[in-house]
Amino acid sequence: MSDHKTMTLTLIVWRQKNANDSGKFETYTAKDITEHHSFLEMLDVVNEDLINAGKEPIVFDHDCREGICGMCSQVVNGMPHGGQERTTLCQLHMRKFKDGDTIYIEPWRARAFPIVKDLVVDRSALDTIIQAGGYTSCHTGGVPDANTIMIPKPIAEEATDAAECIGCGACVAGCPNSAAMLFTGAKVSQLALLPQGRPEAAQRVTNMIQAMKDCGFGNCTNHYECQAACPKGIDVKFIARMNREYLKSLFA
Amino acid sequence: MILDGKCPTGPIEKTWDKHRFDLKLVNPANKRKYNIIVVGTGLAGGAAAASLGELGYNVQAFCYQDSPRRAHSIAAQGGINAAKNYPSDGDSILRLMYDTIKGGDFRAREADVWRLAQVSNNIIDQCVAQGVPFGRDYAGYLDNRSFGGAQVSRTFYSRGETGQQLLLGAYSALSRQIKLGTVKMYNRREMLDLVVVDGVARGITCRNLISGEIESYAADAVCLCTGGYVNVFYLSTNAKGCSVTASWKAAKKGAFFANPCYTQIHPTCIPQAGEYQSKLTLMSESLRNDGRIWVPKKKEDVNKRPEQIPEEDRDYYLERKYPSFGNLAPRDISSRSAKEQCDEGRGVGPGGRGVYLDYADSIKRLSEKIICERYGNLFEMYERITDDNAYKTPMRIYPAPHYAMGGLWVDYNLMSNIPGLFVLGEANFSVHGANRLGASALMQGLSDGYFVIPYTIGGYLASVKPGGTKTDNAEFKKSADEVNATTKKLLSINGKRTVTEFHRDLGKIMWNNVGMARSKESLTEAIQQIPKLREEFWKNVKVTGTGAELNQQLENAGRVADFLEFGELMARDSLHREESCGGHFRVEHQLPDGEAKRNDADFSYVGAWEFKGLDKEPELHKEPLKFETIHLAVRSYK
Repeated sequence: MSDHKTMTLTLIVWRQKNANDSGKFETYTAKDITEHHSFLEMLDVVNEDLINAGKEPIVFDHDCREGICGMCSQVVNGMPHGGQERTTLCQLHMRKFKDGDTIYIEPWRARAFPIVKDLVVDRSALDTIIQAGGYTSCHTGGVPDANTIMIPKPIAEEATDAAECIGCGACVAGCPNSAAMLFTGAKVSQLALLPQGRPEAAQRVTNMIQAMKDCGFGNCTNHYECQAACPKGIDVKFIARMNREYLKSLFA
Repeated sequence: MILDGKCPTGPIEKTWDKHRFDLKLVNPANKRKYNIIVVGTGLAGGAAAASLGELGYNVQAFCYQDSPRRAHSIAAQGGINAAKNYPSDGDSILRLMYDTIKGGDFRAREADVWRLAQVSNNIIDQCVAQGVPFGRDYAGYLDNRSFGGAQVSRTFYSRGETGQQLLLGAYSALSRQIKLGTVKMYNRREMLDLVVVDGVARGITCRNLISGEIESYAADAVCLCTGGYVNVFYLSTNAKGCSVTASWKAAKKGAFFANPCYTQIHPTCIPQAGEYQSKLTLMSESLRNDGRIWVPKKKEDVNKRPEQIPEEDRDYYLERKYPSFGNLAPRDISSRSAKEQCDEGRGVGPGGRGVYLDYADSIKRLSEKIICERYGNLFEMYERITDDNAYKTPMRIYPAPHYAMGGLWVDYNLMSNIPGLFVLGEANFSVHGANRLGASALMQGLSDGYFVIPYTIGGYLASVKPGGTKTDNAEFKKSADEVNATTKKLLSINGKRTVTEFHRDLGKIMWNNVGMARSKESLTEAIQQIPKLREEFWKNVKVTGTGAELNQQLENAGRVADFLEFGELMARDSLHREESCGGHFRVEHQLPDGEAKRNDADFSYVGAWEFKGLDKEPELHKEPLKFETIHLAVRSYK
């Protein structure tokens, strides 16, 4: 299980001082990395070395480091979150790499996600989409007993599949069109599947799709890169469901 | 000073209803004249901001993350308790209250716990109405599972991601209010000071984490929903950004800090793999529903593969010691038992700090498919981190700091001793006593946010003139100057050691001396070591970059600086509490069988500390605890 072999890696990392800076790649060496380091812990090691050398550490978003907050957002060797199936970057471990590897690290790249600094981007466009309709308009209190709303188990399971989205934006970063269709489709589908979400379904899908367009996201041309990049394995069938909901809304 | 929690009196089952009636109201047309600041957007803050906005108040909400959806409530896995009694297995509001009081080792307030149990049922209704996809049975009704410290199944869940689904429910309600304009959301802001004007909380000072600008915000009331402080141990299950900073700044402005020694060490976490490790990962307590915990009986077996150890050479120590609760003994007891086995030299894995959590029997009984349905995502997570397949070989687990039962002192209205400062969720001390039961944190966060603060804050605001203070008040400038001075100082030291190195050192002091087993010697040691480390920090820390940009080193330095002050208070509180209760275990105070020995005669009180200055000892204020509904008893899970 545990051995004491260590790896030395070459990192080629996107550095950008702020939103207005043009940015460039810099090369660093990561030393003494074991198979048990997570990818972010490997970056921690590099950053400690940079600080000790009096240089600016690499800035990257991260928080829970257990794959659920959706904060981490790096494209590693061309793949959002590094390409391990159903895995956020913070859960990717260095045993997936070999001694001597060269690793390219970039931020999410999309018009709707302006770069803030180094590997940090502004994803507030995703909040804007949710604000356009990603909810049921129920009030706090005054709702019926939970068990008066019965939901067939397969429907509840499918809604949960959609609800697992962590809002990281990897789908956008992976998409050649920088579309947020998987993100939006997941929320539209979750609420459209459930009886609680039906009353507002038509208005919701219209408003959320409009917000998506207004934020500068592209459209879907069926590459399925979003599903491949999604650390929660959200299925592209939810994009199809959103499209159906959208069509239905035109006749509502 | 003897503190008064202002709890309603009379028959417990009437207390909350009576209190709600007694509270003054703010009329709907006047609500929009009041500004309320909510700091933190987890379950407590998200629910509070959404509910207060909907009531018509002007809300300003703040979070340090890039979106309110990322607060660490999202990482809660297992579930949320409610006294619905859907399975008809003997549950009731009174039983949930009883279990919570007993689970907390009789160190919580009865009235608060009753209220929590009473509104627990409303929470489930609310979340379902929002579209939170809870687990259901084949008839389409809500399903339940069991958690530690209870003999009924009252835990509602959504796979292993209940916290995520509940938080996204609160986030969606909050998003709706943001769109409606009742809540103004400030992302990537860190609260760095509480502004108190003439003894009343009137606003906050924040750092804009992108621009570095120091900003002032004024309001008629401030709600801190800023979570717990167990990152004082460096390694914990908390997110990297979780800190004591907001609470500690409030404490330095006069808010009392209650029971800081009550920290929860969660029994089922993935053991530490190396020095470089940045956090510990929790595996949901729900795993204990079907997993059996054991260590080898014989020390010489600890290096064997678990499969090679025959049944008769395994010690299922929780089942042996606590036959009626078995693997579902409360967290404090389970954690301490794991430590005991490892201290006896029977721990497994690197460094001998681990015990097995074994699914072989359940897989045989139920099938791998059913275990996968119940815990699949947790098994996947375990494999990603450890490279082990838990369907084939037992998991290795070890306790890790997880939750803070202590927090800022609040009265029954969730208001601190500073008028206008309310504290919700994990950041307050109120309902979990000395140990929190599983699936109760989500319940408390949402209870405080959806169903308590919307009532109690009205009672306060009804007696306050709206808009009384603006940011041009001298106190705001003073506060901003102080924050700027600290930032400048941190950046100017240019020492030789990184912020993380100091944090690790503090973590070691805390874990070794103020961890799962505490003694007079260890605590005295901590109280000597922490100020030395703090002094070194302010002479020798190295923070790169400037204050006028996104600077994660600077953010972290501020948080560690506060932990370096707060850790000492935690040790002092532990030292003063000459008893063992819940998560606070003093080796001097134990029963012959090693169980915690409470001292009700001398310590049946909330210990709330008043900050008096860094070089001065804090002053202890006591709030006596009365037990009228649930009678004080020795806690037994045997």
